[in-house]
Amino acid sequence: MKTWQVHIIIIFFVCFSCDNESVERYFATPSSLDIPKLFEDNILAPVIPIDNPQTVEGIALGKKLFFDPILSIDNTLACVDCHAPENAFTDSDKFSDGVDGIFGNRNSMPLFNLAWNYDEKFFWDGNTFSLEHQAFVPVTDPFEMKSNWTDVESKLQQHAEYPSLFEKAFGASNIDSSLVTKAIAQFERTLISANSKFDKFLLGELNLSPEELNGFNVFMDEAKGDCFHCHGSDKNPLWTDNIFHNNGLDETFADLGLGAVTGDPADNGKFKSPSLRNLEFTAPYMHDGRFASLDDVINHYSQGLKNSSTIDPLMKKVDQGGVGLTDKDKADLKAFLLSLSDYDFINSK
Amino acid sequence: MQRIILIILVLFMFTSCNKDNGVSQVQITFKFSHNWDGTAVSNANFNSIIYTNANGEDLSITKLRYLISKITFEKSSGETFILDGYNLVDVTNNTNQSFTPITTIPDGDYSKVSFTFGFDNDDNYNENYIDLNSASWNVPELLGGGYHYMQLEGKFIDNTTTETGYAYHTIRAVDNSGATQVFQDTFFEVDVGAVNITNNATFNIEMNIAEWFKNPNTWDLNVLNQMLMPNSSAQIMMYENGQNVFNLESVNQ
Ligand code: HEC
Ligand code: HEC
Repeated sequence: MKTWQVHIIIIFFVCFSCDNESVERYFATPSSLDIPKLFEDNILAPVIPIDNPQTVEGIALGKKLFFDPILSIDNTLACVDCHAPENAFTDSDKFSDGVDGIFGNRNSMPLFNLAWNYDEKFFWDGNTFSLEHQAFVPVTDPFEMKSNWTDVESKLQQHAEYPSLFEKAFGASNIDSSLVTKAIAQFERTLISANSKFDKFLLGELNLSPEELNGFNVFMDEAKGDCFHCHGSDKNPLWTDNIFHNNGLDETFADLGLGAVTGDPADNGKFKSPSLRNLEFTAPYMHDGRFASLDDVINHYSQGLKNSSTIDPLMKKVDQGGVGLTDKDKADLKAFLLSLSDYDFINSK
Repeated sequence: MQRIILIILVLFMFTSCNKDNGVSQVQITFKFSHNWDGTAVSNANFNSIIYTNANGEDLSITKLRYLISKITFEKSSGETFILDGYNLVDVTNNTNQSFTPITTIPDGDYSKVSFTFGFDNDDNYNENYIDLNSASWNVPELLGGGYHYMQLEGKFIDNTTTETGYAYHTIRAVDNSGATQVFQDTFFEVDVGAVNITNNATFNIEMNIAEWFKNPNTWDLNVLNQMLMPNSSAQIMMYENGQNVFNLESVNQ
């Protein structure tokens, strides 16, 4: 601990030591995030709100809630049903069905490295700020768990185990929605993926195949893939900028995306760039799950671009549908993308 | 020992503003504003095709951010003060348009005040900047690595009357056509002249965005719109055009 921190603590201690506080404040066991070396070396620290520090008990509770259908109206659907570990915490459906079997209109999103989303804008269109707030949404969403919080709170309160788990995590026997979402957010922050073949290559632990290396060059070459301007790179190992762009999917938009959130027509058709980690497990792709395979995605960028007033200026030769990668470059780009698969991540949770 | 350090620190805090030999330490702020040949530009004016460049193309701006570093104060005696840090001005998000380095300088007469557009080679290659990496500001290793100096993006009406994207990204010029990479420096010093500093001072710097397309190279967006990073001759033209984009509007103190 640094000297000035010691001093601050001493000063606090001096200020409060004479209080006649009868209630003892409860503190759960702190549990710091396991920050991967490549993140530590290259990018800013993760976002952890001061009013929701990571604790062993909080994370364990969050995990239990995440896997528990108790949060849904009829106890049939849990977060994990649309965010499954084997799919890097998304699902393999184009659209996911909620408790009533009704489908939403967006593809479920994989969940990892969420604490490094510095702007904290969640969902495809960024409509919700912070992970804590995000966790409120699915529980009451009619296309998802269709519950209401009074119900959920009373089910948890009457449960055999939850009251004591909340007590241990937050020192509170009274379960309320904000504690539920805090626990879930703590668990989500521990979903960290940074152990792919490409990560090991960057750490000097193994070599890539010539195809993967060429694929990486295609990704980084402004005259070819030029993916790095939006999807990260060796220096930004999140493999996303977490910013909203129109990557040329449509001429007119069935879903306005960011535009519906900001009300600015200049944002129509913009969605958050997804991370390119773990694509092997997260098909189908794009906000509406329109592409079943990575070949479809690569063909889109190479020859399928559609012009519109909000298409990103980085999309090239749009009148020809794209830069027209060679078959070899396409195959190598795909091989490179697959080197971002983190098997440890999907197997360990 | 620790207690003594604390006491010294506290004393230092109380005394640091005192005048010593009649010289006081002052804080410097650089404020950046932007215009198109005199018409103010902010992110509120982005995304609409409302500007016309020297070559006659109508265009919009959708993104503008650039890096400045090494704010330097030089006395006529040759003594120089370099303020710590660098600043990524982000007009798109309306952030970092004002930059106050932590280092202070003594007040008095300075014969030359300047800053660097981009990074000089030392700063560009010798450090890994986690904030800039997080902003995806790095340049691919294939092009020599380091960092972008500027990203100016938008749409223009091309000579088939189609709305087309442009990405005017400036980096250190590199020619990749031969067996070895050939570099040419494209960062530059912006000299804002002599200033007598009497107090905490704010330098109001303006960038005329139109200049990037104007002088000495009339920029033809139909020819040079995208994939300019690997194009070393385009980078050198950007560097030449950059010489006149900045101007000191005023100093408030
Ligand atoms: C019925 C399927 C379904 C269920 C159940 C569900 N989600 Fe989701 N989740 C989605 C979909 C679909 C999206 C994207 C929606 C959008 O962008 O409009 C999403 C997005 C998210 C995101 C945003 C990720 C990002 O990077 O922006 C988080 C976090 C998340 N869900 C967490 C949860 C949690 C926690 C639960 C349980 C409380 C949950 N989800 C339950 C389908 C589901
Ligand atoms: C201008 C920024 C930008 C560039 C450049 C870009 N992308 Fe994307 N990418 C996006 C956005 C935004 C999305 C999500 C779009 C949507 O769903 O509407 C996306 C989606 C994807 C997806 C789907 C991921 C998923 O989980 O659904 C893949 C794969 C992908 N991009 C790969 C690439 C590759 C490979 C390149 C280079 C050839 C590239 N991107 C270039 C912005 C970009």
